Amino acid sequence: MARERATRERWGSRTGFILSAVGSAIGLGNIWRFPGVAYENGGGAFMVPYLIALTTAGIPLLIMEFAIGRKYRGSAPLAFRRVNRNLEAVGWWQVAICIVIAVYYAAIIAWAGWYAFFSLSQAWGEDPTTFLMVDFLQAGDDLYEFGAWLPGLAAALFVVWAATLAVIGAGVKKGIETTSKIFIPLLVVMFGALVVQALTLDGAVEGLNAFFSPDWEMVREPGVWLAAYGQIFFSLSVGFGIMITYASYLGRKSDITTSAWTVGMSNSFTEVLAGIAVFAVLGFFTVQTGVPIADQEYQGVGLAFIAFPAIINTLPYLPGLFGLLFFGSLVVAGWASLVSVVQVPVAAFEDRFGWGRVKATAVVGGGMAVASIALFPAVNGLMLLDVTDYFINNYGIAVAAPVSIVAVVWVLWRWKALRDDANATSVFKVGPIWLVCLGVITPIALAVILFFNVRDLLKAGADSSAAVYHHYQAFGWAVVGGAFAFGVVMALLLRNRETPMESQVDVLDEVEEEAGR
Amino acid sequence: MSASAITMMVISIVVIGGGLLVSAVALMRNPEEPEDD
Repeated sequence: MARERATRERWGSRTGFILSAVGSAIGLGNIWRFPGVAYENGGGAFMVPYLIALTTAGIPLLIMEFAIGRKYRGSAPLAFRRVNRNLEAVGWWQVAICIVIAVYYAAIIAWAGWYAFFSLSQAWGEDPTTFLMVDFLQAGDDLYEFGAWLPGLAAALFVVWAATLAVIGAGVKKGIETTSKIFIPLLVVMFGALVVQALTLDGAVEGLNAFFSPDWEMVREPGVWLAAYGQIFFSLSVGFGIMITYASYLGRKSDITTSAWTVGMSNSFTEVLAGIAVFAVLGFFTVQTGVPIADQEYQGVGLAFIAFPAIINTLPYLPGLFGLLFFGSLVVAGWASLVSVVQVPVAAFEDRFGWGRVKATAVVGGGMAVASIALFPAVNGLMLLDVTDYFINNYGIAVAAPVSIVAVVWVLWRWKALRDDANATSVFKVGPIWLVCLGVITPIALAVILFFNVRDLLKAGADSSAAVYHHYQAFGWAVVGGAFAFGVVMALLLRNRETPMESQVDVLDEVEEEAGR
Repeated sequence: MSASAITMMVISIVVIGGGLLVSAVALMRNPEEPEDD
């Protein structure tokens, strides 16, 4: 095997890495998922299980992924292969999950981009629901009915993908890091202005009261704890190879654990601010119309594309600016996350096939762009997005993550090597508590969430919230099973293939040293 | 706003914002060492 030092890209600075990781973690879920989840699960009292979940599962898993990425210097498949050759399948499984997610996630960013433009003139008119479902998306209710293909949506998707691939093609330092250094501060400014404007509205206090009033009885309910662990888990960009890939571009002496705390806390701080902004606005709407907050759309697509347009219509001043700030924040937060999701498969093909960055971006990223632009501007796009999102999150990421933890921590007993490697260069040291959180609490929490999700899905009646997923199970399981099968097949095909990136002297020396221990 | 809601809002902001501040300050006090490779 060649022993020359291969040149792996590097972050230009720690700040650049942290901003990029924060940009990945902060996504649509922070803005449109957390506020509703907290409100439904005890309001202010939800913060207790939420903070416990952050410190006992989110940050410990983030530390593991940062440590794996930096120590084994590879995108998910290569890093896992270096942990143990049999684990490469887990890395490719995560790559497949990223491919699926990127293909639909880009569509939401394209919608938000259009809505930022629409908000300047409140083009949605007096009935935002009809505008969204009939005029804008022409949304059908059958997953298998492709229907018309909408050129306006396709054009916006093309712009999203062109920008994403341009950034990734420019490289980690010149592309991702430079963009993060511009857009994450921009997101802070836009989001900060949004929070300030929301707080000046009549009724904001009523909204905050609804959001933060604690219902301590609910903290005794297991479902609330599962919601807290689920929120932390799905909002931190952990479990599908992103943080491993980003950390693989760190230098040998970078701080791992304190960086993980900074990223985790930034993500949660944004969620709390989003809760304040969203509920201040919902409180305003209650005062204006008399519709109680509980009866409003306060989550997901309904919150962003139906409730917010209706609220913007009633704003006393600068409605266009408010819409621009809100949808602009969605676009920037979502896009920074999309870049990180697409980087995972691109880096995987670079590492394992020895492709150059431009070729990997063009072939892998370009392929994803074509699939995305072909599939999602169709009238079944919303349904396709919803069903795919449900299955790949709940049965893709939530299975791949505990598998990787159990394999690395318990089967291969690599937690000590990762601990020593992280502690050697980090201010905040980890030890047995980290092992308990990572190796015991996190996989158990994920397994319990998985159990309840499967139970709800299989038992879902016609009026249940999971009914639509129950109806499209065949499609959903095909996506989930396809991602897993892709992982296994790729790992088998590449089992005996060694690529230039595998010959990095520094990594090889350590891996060989460990193997000899 | 009720007293309990204000308390939870303040606690949430102080604990999470404070945690962010402490971790960011810890990083800044330990500047990056130049890499030799």
